[in-house]
Amino acid sequence: MNAVAKTNTSLKGFARRDGRKGIRNVVAVAYLVECAHHVSRLIVQKSGADDVHLIGFPGCYPNKYSLEMMQRLCTHPNVGAVLLVSLGCEGFNREQLRRTIAASGRPVDLLVIQQSGGTTRTLNAGLDIVRKMRAELAKQSAVPMGVDELIVGTVCGGSDGTSGITANPAVGRCFDWLIEAGAACIFEETGELIGCERIMASRAITPELGAEIEACVDKAANYYRIMGYGSFAPGNAEGGLTTLEEKSMGAYSKSGSSPISGLIKPGDVPPRGGLYLLDVVPDGEPRFGFPNISDNAEIVELIACGSHLILFTTGRGSVVGSAISPVIKVCANPDTYDRMADDMDVNAGRILRGAELDEVGREIYSLVESVASGELSKSEALGHQEFILTYKQFEPIGPACLPAA
Amino acid sequence: METGKLPPLLLLHPDDNILVARRDIAAGERVEIDGQSFSMPVAIELGHKLARRGLAADTRVLKYGAPIGSMKIAVARGEHVHLHNLRSDYLPSTSRDMDKKTDGH
Repeated sequence: MNAVAKTNTSLKGFARRDGRKGIRNVVAVAYLVECAHHVSRLIVQKSGADDVHLIGFPGCYPNKYSLEMMQRLCTHPNVGAVLLVSLGCEGFNREQLRRTIAASGRPVDLLVIQQSGGTTRTLNAGLDIVRKMRAELAKQSAVPMGVDELIVGTVCGGSDGTSGITANPAVGRCFDWLIEAGAACIFEETGELIGCERIMASRAITPELGAEIEACVDKAANYYRIMGYGSFAPGNAEGGLTTLEEKSMGAYSKSGSSPISGLIKPGDVPPRGGLYLLDVVPDGEPRFGFPNISDNAEIVELIACGSHLILFTTGRGSVVGSAISPVIKVCANPDTYDRMADDMDVNAGRILRGAELDEVGREIYSLVESVASGELSKSEALGHQEFILTYKQFEPIGPACLPAA
Repeated sequence: METGKLPPLLLLHPDDNILVARRDIAAGERVEIDGQSFSMPVAIELGHKLARRGLAADTRVLKYGAPIGSMKIAVARGEHVHLHNLRSDYLPSTSRDMDKKTDGH
Protein backbone atom coordinates (compact mmCIF):
# COMPACT_ATOMS: atom_id res chain seq x y z
CA MET A 1 0.00 0.00 0.00
CA ASN A 2 1.58 3.22 -1.14
CA ALA A 3 1.39 5.86 1.59
CA VAL A 4 2.23 8.55 -0.94
CA ALA A 5 -0.77 10.21 -2.51
CA LYS A 6 -0.78 9.40 -6.21
CA THR A 7 -0.61 12.84 -7.72
CA ASN A 8 0.02 11.70 -11.29
CA THR A 9 2.05 14.86 -11.67
CA SER A 10 4.39 14.50 -14.55
CA LEU A 11 8.05 15.30 -14.13
CA LYS A 12 9.89 17.50 -16.61
CA GLY A 13 12.41 15.63 -18.74
CA PHE A 14 14.80 16.21 -21.62
CA ALA A 15 14.61 13.37 -24.15
CA ARG A 16 17.88 11.70 -25.22
CA ARG A 17 18.51 9.55 -28.25
CA ASP A 18 19.14 6.40 -26.14
CA GLY A 19 15.55 6.59 -24.81
CA ARG A 20 16.49 7.93 -21.40
CA LYS A 21 15.38 11.33 -20.15
CA GLY A 22 17.30 13.89 -18.12
CA ILE A 23 15.96 16.22 -15.43
CA ARG A 24 18.62 18.83 -16.23
CA ASN A 25 20.17 20.03 -19.49
CA VAL A 26 23.76 20.63 -18.48
CA VAL A 27 26.76 21.62 -20.62
CA ALA A 28 29.69 19.66 -19.17
CA VAL A 29 33.21 21.07 -19.53
CA ALA A 30 35.61 18.17 -18.94
CA TYR A 31 39.36 18.41 -18.34
CA LEU A 32 41.21 15.25 -19.33
CA VAL A 33 44.25 15.81 -17.09
CA GLU A 34 44.95 18.11 -14.14
CA CYS A 35 47.08 20.28 -16.47
CA ALA A 36 43.86 21.30 -18.27
CA HIS A 37 41.88 21.87 -15.06
CA HIS A 38 42.44 25.61 -14.67
CA VAL A 39 41.60 26.46 -18.27
CA SER A 40 38.43 24.36 -18.00
CA ARG A 41 37.48 26.03 -14.73
CA LEU A 42 37.96 29.46 -16.31
CA ILE A 43 35.63 28.50 -19.16
CA VAL A 44 32.97 27.40 -16.65
CA GLN A 45 33.37 30.47 -14.43
CA LYS A 46 33.47 33.02 -17.24
CA SER A 47 30.48 31.43 -19.00
CA GLY A 48 28.51 32.92 -16.11
CA ALA A 49 25.88 30.18 -16.39
CA ASP A 50 24.77 27.83 -13.59
CA ASP A 51 24.07 25.04 -16.06
CA VAL A 52 27.69 24.80 -17.22
CA HIS A 53 29.39 22.21 -14.98
CA LEU A 54 33.04 21.31 -14.48
CA ILE A 55 34.02 17.62 -14.46
CA GLY A 56 37.27 15.84 -15.26
CA PHE A 57 40.00 13.37 -14.50
CA PRO A 58 43.34 14.54 -13.07
CA GLY A 59 45.67 11.65 -13.91
CA CYS A 60 48.13 11.55 -16.83
CA TYR A 61 48.25 7.72 -16.95
CA PRO A 62 45.49 5.90 -18.83
CA ASN A 63 42.99 3.84 -16.79
CA LYS A 64 40.11 1.73 -18.09
CA TYR A 65 37.83 2.65 -15.17
CA SER A 66 38.26 6.41 -15.54
CA LEU A 67 37.65 6.27 -19.31
CA GLU A 68 34.50 4.19 -18.72
CA MET A 69 33.35 6.60 -16.00
CA MET A 70 33.92 9.66 -18.19
CA GLN A 71 32.00 8.02 -21.06
CA ARG A 72 29.06 7.29 -18.75
CA LEU A 73 29.13 10.76 -17.20
CA CYS A 74 29.38 12.61 -20.52
CA THR A 75 26.42 10.63 -21.89
CA HIS A 76 24.39 10.91 -18.67
CA PRO A 77 20.77 11.92 -19.38
CA ASN A 78 21.21 15.18 -17.40
CA VAL A 79 24.01 16.21 -19.80
CA GLY A 80 23.02 17.91 -23.05
CA ALA A 81 26.41 18.82 -24.54
CA VAL A 82 30.10 18.38 -23.73
CA LEU A 83 33.28 20.38 -24.26
CA LEU A 84 36.45 18.32 -23.72
CA VAL A 85 39.65 20.15 -22.77
CA SER A 86 42.96 18.33 -23.20
CA LEU A 87 46.48 19.60 -22.60
CA GLY A 88 47.66 17.43 -25.47
CA CYS A 89 50.24 14.98 -24.18
CA GLU A 90 48.25 13.10 -21.49
CA GLY A 91 47.36 9.43 -21.75
CA PHE A 92 43.58 9.85 -21.65
CA ASN A 93 41.88 8.36 -24.74
CA ARG A 94 40.19 11.61 -25.75
CA GLU A 95 39.24 10.42 -29.24
CA GLN A 96 37.32 7.44 -27.89
CA LEU A 97 35.53 9.68 -25.39
CA ARG A 98 34.67 12.16 -28.14
CA ARG A 99 33.38 9.39 -30.44
CA THR A 100 31.20 7.95 -27.64
CA ILE A 101 29.64 11.36 -26.94
CA ALA A 102 29.08 12.10 -30.64
CA ALA A 103 27.47 8.67 -31.12
CA SER A 104 24.99 9.55 -28.35
CA GLY A 105 23.73 12.44 -30.47
CA ARG A 106 25.08 15.17 -28.19
CA PRO A 107 26.96 18.22 -29.42
CA VAL A 108 30.63 17.66 -28.49
CA ASP A 109 33.82 19.61 -29.11
CA LEU A 110 37.45 19.11 -28.18
CA LEU A 111 40.06 21.76 -27.42
CA VAL A 112 43.71 20.77 -27.13
CA ILE A 113 45.54 23.53 -25.27
CA GLN A 114 48.91 22.84 -26.90
CA GLN A 115 47.30 23.19 -30.34
CA SER A 116 44.98 26.07 -29.48
CA GLY A 117 47.88 28.25 -28.39
CA GLY A 118 47.72 28.33 -24.59
CA THR A 119 45.44 29.52 -21.81
CA THR A 120 43.85 32.66 -23.24
CA ARG A 121 43.23 31.36 -26.74
CA THR A 122 41.74 28.11 -25.40
CA LEU A 123 39.59 30.03 -22.95
CA ASN A 124 38.20 32.29 -25.67
CA ALA A 125 37.56 29.37 -28.01
CA GLY A 126 35.91 27.46 -25.13
CA LEU A 127 33.61 30.35 -24.21
CA ASP A 128 32.51 30.61 -27.82
CA ILE A 129 31.78 26.87 -28.01
CA VAL A 130 29.87 26.85 -24.71
CA ARG A 131 27.77 29.84 -25.79
CA LYS A 132 26.76 28.03 -28.99
CA MET A 133 26.03 24.79 -27.13
CA ARG A 134 23.79 26.59 -24.64
CA ALA A 135 21.93 28.32 -27.44
CA GLU A 136 21.40 24.93 -29.09
CA LEU A 137 20.15 23.33 -25.85
CA ALA A 138 17.81 26.26 -25.18
CA LYS A 139 15.86 25.26 -28.30
CA GLN A 140 15.05 21.87 -26.77
CA SER A 141 11.66 21.73 -25.07
CA ALA A 142 10.92 19.58 -22.05
CA VAL A 143 8.83 16.42 -22.36
CA PRO A 144 6.67 14.65 -19.77
CA MET A 145 8.56 12.13 -17.67
CA GLY A 146 7.29 9.52 -15.20
CA VAL A 147 8.65 8.52 -11.80
CA ASP A 148 9.20 5.09 -13.37
CA GLU A 149 11.85 6.69 -15.61
CA LEU A 150 13.85 7.97 -12.64
CA ILE A 151 17.03 6.57 -11.16
CA VAL A 152 17.69 7.80 -7.61
CA GLY A 153 20.89 7.18 -5.67
CA THR A 154 21.52 7.55 -1.96
CA VAL A 155 24.66 8.22 0.01
CA CYS A 156 25.43 9.20 3.59
CA GLY A 157 28.17 11.56 4.75
CA GLY A 158 29.12 12.76 8.19
CA SER A 159 26.98 10.10 9.86
CA ASP A 160 26.32 10.22 13.58
CA GLY A 161 24.21 8.43 16.17
CA THR A 162 21.03 10.00 14.78
CA SER A 163 21.54 9.00 11.11
CA GLY A 164 20.34 5.42 11.49
CA ILE A 165 17.29 6.47 13.49
CA THR A 166 15.93 9.38 11.45
CA ALA A 167 17.27 10.35 8.00
CA ASN A 168 18.36 6.91 6.80
CA PRO A 169 15.14 5.01 7.55
CA ALA A 170 13.14 7.99 6.18
CA VAL A 171 15.07 7.71 2.89
CA GLY A 172 14.38 3.97 3.09
CA ARG A 173 10.61 4.66 3.17
CA CYS A 174 10.97 7.02 0.22
CA PHE A 175 12.95 4.34 -1.66
CA ASP A 176 10.19 1.77 -1.03
CA TRP A 177 7.58 4.11 -2.52
CA LEU A 178 9.77 5.14 -5.47
CA ILE A 179 10.36 1.47 -6.29
CA GLU A 180 6.62 0.78 -5.97
CA ALA A 181 6.11 3.57 -8.53
CA GLY A 182 8.58 1.87 -10.90
CA ALA A 183 11.78 3.84 -10.26
CA ALA A 184 15.26 2.32 -9.91
CA CYS A 185 16.99 3.12 -6.62
CA ILE A 186 20.67 2.58 -5.81
CA PHE A 187 22.39 2.33 -2.43
CA GLU A 188 26.11 1.77 -2.04
CA GLU A 189 29.42 1.67 -0.19
CA THR A 190 29.82 -2.00 0.58
CA GLY A 191 32.64 -0.97 2.95
CA GLU A 192 29.97 0.76 5.02
CA LEU A 193 27.73 -2.31 4.94
CA ILE A 194 30.22 -4.57 6.71
CA GLY A 195 28.22 -6.48 9.30
CA CYS A 196 24.97 -6.35 7.27
CA GLU A 197 26.00 -8.90 4.64
CA ARG A 198 23.77 -11.77 5.80
CA ILE A 199 20.65 -9.63 6.28
CA MET A 200 21.25 -8.08 2.86
CA ALA A 201 21.80 -11.43 1.17
CA SER A 202 18.47 -12.65 2.51
CA ARG A 203 16.75 -9.81 0.62
CA ALA A 204 18.25 -10.76 -2.76
CA ILE A 205 15.75 -11.94 -5.39
CA THR A 206 17.82 -15.11 -6.02
CA PRO A 207 20.14 -17.14 -3.74
CA GLU A 208 22.94 -16.71 -6.31
CA LEU A 209 22.63 -12.92 -6.07
CA GLY A 210 22.65 -13.26 -2.27
CA ALA A 211 25.95 -15.15 -2.49
CA GLU A 212 27.40 -12.41 -4.73
CA ILE A 213 26.33 -9.75 -2.19
CA GLU A 214 28.00 -11.62 0.70
CA ALA A 215 31.16 -12.07 -1.40
CA CYS A 216 31.32 -8.38 -2.28
CA VAL A 217 31.05 -7.33 1.39
CA ASP A 218 33.83 -9.85 2.21
CA LYS A 219 35.90 -8.22 -0.52
CA ALA A 220 35.29 -4.80 1.05
CA ALA A 221 36.23 -6.00 4.55
CA ASN A 222 39.43 -7.55 3.19
CA TYR A 223 40.29 -4.42 1.19
CA TYR A 224 39.83 -2.08 4.15
CA ARG A 225 41.74 -4.46 6.43
CA ILE A 226 44.76 -4.22 4.11
CA MET A 227 44.40 -0.44 3.94
CA GLY A 228 44.51 -0.38 7.76
CA TYR A 229 41.32 1.63 8.32
CA GLY A 230 37.63 1.04 7.86
CA SER A 231 35.32 3.71 6.49
CA PHE A 232 34.94 5.38 9.86
CA ALA A 233 35.85 9.04 10.46
CA PRO A 234 36.58 10.75 13.79
CA GLY A 235 33.39 12.79 13.40
CA ASN A 236 31.36 9.57 13.34
CA ALA A 237 32.65 8.78 16.85
CA GLU A 238 32.11 12.34 18.09
CA GLY A 239 28.49 11.94 17.00
CA GLY A 240 28.01 8.80 19.06
CA LEU A 241 28.90 5.99 16.65
CA THR A 242 31.46 3.54 18.06
CA THR A 243 32.09 0.77 15.54
CA LEU A 244 32.05 0.24 11.79
CA GLU A 245 29.27 -2.35 12.03
CA GLU A 246 27.16 0.11 14.06
CA LYS A 247 27.64 2.73 11.34
CA SER A 248 26.82 0.04 8.76
CA MET A 249 23.51 -0.91 10.38
CA GLY A 250 22.48 2.74 10.34
CA ALA A 251 23.60 3.25 6.74
CA TYR A 252 21.86 0.05 5.66
CA SER A 253 18.44 1.42 6.62
CA LYS A 254 18.65 3.82 3.65
CA SER A 255 17.90 0.80 1.46
CA GLY A 256 14.34 0.48 2.81
CA SER A 257 12.65 -2.91 2.69
CA SER A 258 12.29 -3.75 -1.02
CA PRO A 259 13.88 -6.92 -2.40
CA ILE A 260 17.39 -6.38 -3.83
CA SER A 261 17.17 -6.81 -7.62
CA GLY A 262 20.83 -6.60 -8.52
CA LEU A 263 24.45 -5.92 -7.67
CA ILE A 264 26.08 -3.40 -10.00
CA LYS A 265 29.48 -1.72 -10.35
CA PRO A 266 30.31 1.92 -11.20
CA GLY A 267 29.02 2.72 -14.68
CA ASP A 268 26.43 -0.10 -14.78
CA VAL A 269 22.97 1.37 -15.36
CA PRO A 270 20.06 -0.54 -13.71
CA PRO A 271 18.18 -2.30 -16.54
CA ARG A 272 14.74 -1.68 -14.97
CA GLY A 273 13.04 -0.47 -11.80
CA GLY A 274 13.90 -1.95 -8.42
CA LEU A 275 16.54 -1.72 -5.70
CA TYR A 276 20.21 -2.11 -6.60
CA LEU A 277 23.38 -2.34 -4.50
CA LEU A 278 26.40 -0.57 -6.00
CA ASP A 279 29.74 -2.26 -5.29
CA VAL A 280 32.26 0.58 -5.11
CA VAL A 281 35.25 -1.40 -3.78
CA PRO A 282 37.83 -2.15 -6.51
CA ASP A 283 38.59 -5.74 -7.55
CA GLY A 284 41.95 -7.36 -6.93
CA GLU A 285 44.64 -6.32 -4.49
CA PRO A 286 44.54 -2.68 -3.30
CA ARG A 287 46.37 -0.71 -5.96
CA PHE A 288 45.36 2.94 -6.11
CA GLY A 289 44.51 3.71 -2.48
CA PHE A 290 41.26 3.94 -0.55
CA PRO A 291 38.16 2.95 -2.56
CA ASN A 292 36.44 6.34 -2.29
CA ILE A 293 38.50 9.10 -0.78
CA SER A 294 35.50 11.34 0.01
CA ASP A 295 31.70 11.45 -0.29
CA ASN A 296 31.74 13.04 -3.75
CA ALA A 297 33.65 10.07 -5.18
CA GLU A 298 30.65 7.92 -4.21
CA ILE A 299 28.20 10.47 -5.62
CA VAL A 300 30.05 10.52 -8.96
CA GLU A 301 29.83 6.72 -9.17
CA LEU A 302 26.08 6.81 -8.43
CA ILE A 303 25.72 9.38 -11.22
CA ALA A 304 27.77 7.21 -13.60
CA CYS A 305 25.15 4.50 -12.92
CA GLY A 306 22.52 6.89 -14.28
CA SER A 307 21.26 8.52 -11.05
CA HIS A 308 19.22 11.60 -11.93
CA LEU A 309 19.41 12.87 -8.37
CA ILE A 310 21.02 11.94 -5.09
CA LEU A 311 19.49 11.71 -1.60
CA PHE A 312 22.33 12.62 0.78
CA THR A 313 21.78 11.95 4.49
CA THR A 314 23.98 13.66 7.05
CA GLY A 315 24.14 13.86 10.83
CA ARG A 316 27.23 15.96 11.45
CA GLY A 317 26.32 18.26 8.56
CA SER A 318 27.62 18.16 4.98
CA VAL A 319 27.25 21.03 2.52
CA VAL A 320 28.27 19.33 -0.75
CA GLY A 321 26.30 19.08 -3.96
CA SER A 322 27.51 17.69 -7.27
CA ALA A 323 28.11 18.40 -10.90
CA ILE A 324 25.56 16.83 -13.31
CA SER A 325 22.90 15.61 -10.83
CA PRO A 326 21.15 17.55 -8.04
CA VAL A 327 21.81 16.53 -4.44
CA ILE A 328 18.97 16.67 -1.88
CA LYS A 329 20.25 17.01 1.69
CA VAL A 330 18.36 15.09 4.40
CA CYS A 331 19.58 16.14 7.85
CA ALA A 332 19.39 13.46 10.54
CA ASN A 333 20.34 15.53 13.58
CA PRO A 334 17.93 18.24 14.79
CA ASP A 335 20.74 20.28 16.40
CA THR A 336 22.76 20.18 13.16
CA TYR A 337 19.66 21.25 11.25
CA ASP A 338 19.20 24.25 13.52
CA ARG A 339 22.86 25.22 12.90
CA MET A 340 22.95 24.59 9.14
CA ALA A 341 19.34 24.98 7.94
CA ASP A 342 20.39 26.98 4.85
CA ASP A 343 22.14 23.89 3.48
CA MET A 344 19.47 21.32 4.36
CA ASP A 345 16.44 20.39 2.26
CA VAL A 346 14.78 18.16 4.87
CA ASN A 347 14.85 18.18 8.68
CA ALA A 348 14.58 14.45 9.44
CA GLY A 349 15.91 15.18 12.94
CA ARG A 350 12.42 16.28 13.91
CA ILE A 351 11.61 12.56 14.20
CA LEU A 352 13.56 12.69 17.50
CA ARG A 353 11.24 15.50 18.59
CA GLY A 354 8.08 13.55 17.84
CA ALA A 355 7.49 13.61 14.06
CA GLU A 356 6.51 10.42 12.23
CA LEU A 357 8.99 8.58 10.02
CA ASP A 358 6.38 8.24 7.25
CA GLU A 359 5.69 11.97 7.26
CA VAL A 360 9.39 12.71 6.66
CA GLY A 361 9.55 9.95 4.05
CA ARG A 362 6.63 11.58 2.20
CA GLU A 363 8.36 14.96 2.34
CA ILE A 364 11.47 13.44 0.73
CA TYR A 365 9.32 11.76 -1.93
CA SER A 366 7.57 14.98 -2.91
CA LEU A 367 10.93 16.80 -2.96
CA VAL A 368 12.22 14.15 -5.39
CA GLU A 369 9.23 14.93 -7.61
CA SER A 370 9.71 18.70 -7.47
CA VAL A 371 13.51 18.61 -7.99
CA ALA A 372 12.93 16.18 -10.87
CA SER A 373 10.56 18.80 -12.30
CA GLY A 374 13.17 21.54 -12.31
CA GLU A 375 13.06 23.01 -8.80
CA LEU A 376 16.55 23.63 -7.41
CA SER A 377 17.76 21.76 -4.33
CA LYS A 378 19.49 23.79 -1.59
CA SER A 379 23.01 22.74 -2.61
CA GLU A 380 22.21 23.45 -6.27
CA ALA A 381 20.92 26.94 -5.47
CA LEU A 382 24.08 27.59 -3.43
CA GLY A 383 26.21 26.66 -6.46
CA HIS A 384 27.69 23.45 -5.09
CA GLN A 385 29.04 21.42 -8.02
CA GLU A 386 31.73 19.27 -6.39
CA PHE A 387 33.30 16.54 -8.50
CA ILE A 388 36.09 14.01 -7.94
CA LEU A 389 37.26 11.04 -9.99
CA THR A 390 40.33 8.94 -9.22
CA TYR A 391 42.04 5.73 -10.36
CA LYS A 392 40.34 2.36 -9.79
CA GLN A 393 40.25 -1.16 -11.16
CA PHE A 394 37.14 -3.29 -11.70
CA GLU A 395 36.23 -6.59 -13.33
CA PRO A 396 32.82 -6.75 -15.05
CA ILE A 397 29.91 -8.05 -12.92
CA GLY A 398 29.10 -11.77 -13.08
CA PRO A 399 25.90 -13.25 -14.58
CA ALA A 400 24.33 -13.84 -11.12
CA CYS A 401 24.48 -10.11 -10.31
CA LEU A 402 21.55 -9.10 -12.49
CA PRO A 403 19.02 -11.96 -12.41
CA ALA A 404 16.17 -11.96 -14.93
CA ALA A 405 18.13 -9.58 -17.14
CA MET B 1 6.31 18.30 19.66
CA GLU B 2 7.88 19.51 22.91
CA THR B 3 11.16 17.65 23.37
CA GLY B 4 10.77 17.76 27.13
CA LYS B 5 7.64 15.64 27.02
CA LEU B 6 9.26 12.80 25.09
CA PRO B 7 11.28 10.15 26.92
CA PRO B 8 14.98 11.11 26.57
CA LEU B 9 16.11 7.52 25.89
CA LEU B 10 15.19 5.41 22.88
CA LEU B 11 14.98 1.62 22.82
CA LEU B 12 15.40 0.84 19.10
CA HIS B 13 14.70 -2.90 19.31
CA PRO B 14 13.36 -5.11 22.14
CA ASP B 15 16.53 -7.27 22.06
CA ASP B 16 18.88 -4.30 22.46
CA ASN B 17 21.09 -4.01 25.53
CA ILE B 18 21.84 -0.32 24.86
CA LEU B 19 19.64 2.78 24.71
CA VAL B 20 20.19 5.88 22.54
CA ALA B 21 19.93 9.48 23.78
CA ARG B 22 17.19 11.37 21.94
CA ARG B 23 18.69 14.66 23.16
CA ASP B 24 21.60 15.82 25.34
CA ILE B 25 21.06 14.48 28.88
CA ALA B 26 22.78 16.03 31.91
CA ALA B 27 24.55 14.05 34.64
CA GLY B 28 22.20 13.53 37.57
CA GLU B 29 19.07 13.93 35.41
CA ARG B 30 16.36 11.37 36.27
CA VAL B 31 15.55 9.09 33.36
CA GLU B 32 13.54 5.92 33.05
CA ILE B 33 15.14 2.62 32.05
CA ASP B 34 12.66 -0.24 31.59
CA GLY B 35 10.12 1.43 33.84
CA GLN B 36 12.56 2.19 36.65
CA SER B 37 13.63 5.70 37.52
CA PHE B 38 17.38 6.11 37.33
CA SER B 39 19.83 8.95 37.95
CA MET B 40 22.26 9.48 35.04
CA PRO B 41 25.81 8.78 36.28
CA VAL B 42 27.35 10.83 33.42
CA ALA B 43 26.20 13.36 30.83
CA ILE B 44 25.25 11.82 27.49
CA GLU B 45 25.09 13.67 24.17
CA LEU B 46 22.40 13.30 21.52
CA GLY B 47 22.94 10.12 19.49
CA HIS B 48 25.23 8.46 22.04
CA LYS B 49 24.56 5.11 23.74
CA LEU B 50 24.27 3.93 27.31
CA ALA B 51 23.99 0.48 28.88
CA ARG B 52 20.39 -0.68 29.36
CA ARG B 53 21.63 -3.11 32.03
CA GLY B 54 24.98 -4.19 33.48
CA LEU B 55 27.14 -5.66 30.69
CA ALA B 56 30.02 -8.09 31.30
CA ALA B 57 33.26 -7.94 29.32
CA ASP B 58 32.95 -9.64 25.89
CA THR B 59 29.15 -9.19 25.85
CA ARG B 60 27.84 -8.73 22.32
CA VAL B 61 26.24 -5.30 22.14
CA LEU B 62 22.95 -5.19 20.24
CA LYS B 63 21.52 -2.07 18.54
CA TYR B 64 18.61 -2.22 16.04
CA GLY B 65 18.54 -5.87 17.24
CA ALA B 66 21.87 -6.47 15.47
CA PRO B 67 25.39 -6.94 16.89
CA ILE B 68 27.53 -3.78 16.70
CA GLY B 69 30.61 -5.06 18.60
CA SER B 70 31.71 -6.51 21.94
CA MET B 71 32.40 -4.97 25.34
CA LYS B 72 36.12 -4.56 26.14
CA ILE B 73 35.35 -4.21 29.88
CA ALA B 74 32.31 -4.59 32.12
CA VAL B 75 30.00 -1.60 32.61
CA ALA B 76 27.13 -0.85 34.97
CA ARG B 77 23.62 0.12 33.94
CA GLY B 78 23.40 3.71 32.67
CA GLU B 79 27.08 4.00 31.76
CA HIS B 80 28.16 5.59 28.50
CA VAL B 81 28.95 2.86 25.93
CA HIS B 82 31.50 4.13 23.42
CA LEU B 83 35.09 3.84 22.13
CA HIS B 84 36.55 3.41 25.63
CA ASN B 85 34.63 0.23 26.38
CA LEU B 86 33.18 -1.14 23.10
CA ARG B 87 35.21 -2.63 20.22
CA SER B 88 34.36 -3.61 16.68
CA ASP B 89 34.21 -7.31 15.80
CA TYR B 90 35.38 -6.35 12.29
CA LEU B 91 37.76 -3.41 11.88
CA PRO B 92 39.16 -0.96 14.44
CA SER B 93 37.67 2.53 14.53
CA THR B 94 39.99 5.47 13.94
CA SER B 95 40.57 8.74 15.73
CA ARG B 96 42.29 11.96 14.59
CA ASP B 97 45.49 10.77 16.30
CA MET B 98 46.81 8.54 13.49
CA ASP B 99 48.94 6.40 15.80
CA LYS B 100 46.08 5.54 18.07
CA LYS B 101 43.46 3.01 17.16
CA THR B 102 40.66 3.02 19.66
CA ASP B 103 40.37 -0.73 19.91
CA GLY B 104 43.53 -1.51 21.74
CA HIS B 105 44.16 -4.48 19.45
